[in-house]
Amino acid sequence: MLYFDHAAATPTDKRVLKAMQPYFDKIFGNPSGLHELSRQAARAIARARRAVADFLSCQPEELIFTSGGTESDNLAILGVARKFKRGHIITSKIEHPAVLNACRQLEKEGFKVTYLLPSRAGIISAEAVRGALRAETILVSIMMANNEIGTIQPIAEIGQIIAKFRRAKRGATPLFHSDACQAAGFCSLDVNKLSVDLLTFSGAKIYGPKGIGVLYRKTGVELEPLVYGGGQEGNLRSGTENVPGIVGVGAAVKYISSREGERESKLRDLLIEKLLCIPGCRLNGDPHKRLPNNVNVTIAGVEGESAVLCLDRLGIACSTGSACSSKSLKPSHVLEAIGIDKDVAHCSLRLTLGRTISRADILRAAGAIKEVVGKLRQITSIK
Amino acid sequence: MSKKFDVLDVGGEQWLYSDKVKRHFFHPKGVLTENLKEEDFDAVGEVGSPACGDVMKIWIKVADNKIADLKWKTFGCASAIASTSILSEMAVGKTLARAYKITAQDIVRSLGGLPRRKIHCSILGDQALRKAIDNYRKSEKSKGTK
Repeated sequence: MLYFDHAAATPTDKRVLKAMQPYFDKIFGNPSGLHELSRQAARAIARARRAVADFLSCQPEELIFTSGGTESDNLAILGVARKFKRGHIITSKIEHPAVLNACRQLEKEGFKVTYLLPSRAGIISAEAVRGALRAETILVSIMMANNEIGTIQPIAEIGQIIAKFRRAKRGATPLFHSDACQAAGFCSLDVNKLSVDLLTFSGAKIYGPKGIGVLYRKTGVELEPLVYGGGQEGNLRSGTENVPGIVGVGAAVKYISSREGERESKLRDLLIEKLLCIPGCRLNGDPHKRLPNNVNVTIAGVEGESAVLCLDRLGIACSTGSACSSKSLKPSHVLEAIGIDKDVAHCSLRLTLGRTISRADILRAAGAIKEVVGKLRQITSIK
Repeated sequence: MSKKFDVLDVGGEQWLYSDKVKRHFFHPKGVLTENLKEEDFDAVGEVGSPACGDVMKIWIKVADNKIADLKWKTFGCASAIASTSILSEMAVGKTLARAYKITAQDIVRSLGGLPRRKIHCSILGDQALRKAIDNYRKSEKSKGTK
């Protein structure tokens, strides 16, 4: 099978798996304990925390391990909001549901939220953020790269605008959070260069395990926890630490390479080129400011769920933003936000590349897609 | 039931398609192909819109007040395609009156069930057929009055 769904999940790297292994059955001690097995587990966490801190160019104490990207996003957003108790939040219409639904919950709790519209290319402009800033804005949350269309947002630029705004009003707010789950494998996450106060990423998208998230929280930023208990993770995320998961994410960050990003971006462009030869096919999202592994197209007259199932049968795993494939039966909020015509909103295909994808795989996938498009266009009742 | 569906969600709801749905989706029966022309049929019915994600078009040929042939084209998800495919098998040979009474539930039952959130896709098939029959009756009436 050719796996083209790396934005959804990556396989755990064998080296990562090997690093994690001892912490399931050999060094299984509770890191809070005093005895040797506990101390070994605690040391493993400290080592992983150091590795992740190096990856983000931050201090180890500034990291909170959570259960995944969704929890990290929720902790950042709900955590800040509930600390301030009231105020205004800025986010975008193309955020991951973990951010959007946390913000919608805060609206119910009395917070005001501005949802910025991206450009048709899927980019949130720093100007748009500047225009939405208010004296009472407590938090801005903009994703670093979009999970559906792969567009990369100008986080450093937005970070500077927010920092400038804070200096001008001589206040500590707004704080700036970025969900970097999709970007983590490809973009530099130096938190100083990005000027972020909070940053989310997870193991699942960087060839680490599922069930482990990271939240960077700049020293001095206060959060109200979501989970109460034994006071682990600086009292911000209680619960016995997921030691194998933490070790896994600590190992996974070491194997991220920019060279792999360059390799995948060339293959991405080849795939885009091949797909655009199909009549009625267009690329969604900016062709250049996009993740090296993301291809998202709409193919007129070819419904996404049908296409994904046909491709699955041909041994190609990919995904779609079609309403028919979602639990909610609503078309992709991202495609809607970038103004994709409703008539083709159901016709999207997302292929996300990964480390094992070769040039031959790209050509095979493009061929399979052409075949499926031909088949479904014979059945389709629309042009 | 659980044998037919290998994935259920926490609510116990089936999530994936049954084998019969897959069969009709991957090998649809009764698609209007290039060697058949719309003019060969007596009436057509169309429902849905691309913006909603499903468009079904059904052509019927009538003889002796029975559906002698039915062909279709569908834009939509797997269940929409499978629903129209099985409907074409169900309707051919039936009298217009009987075919008119085919319900979405009949289609779902014949398919061996559909995920609950997909039931609405199958509703379109019987609607398109009724529309085609309505159109046929209308054209017959206007022929009669001439």
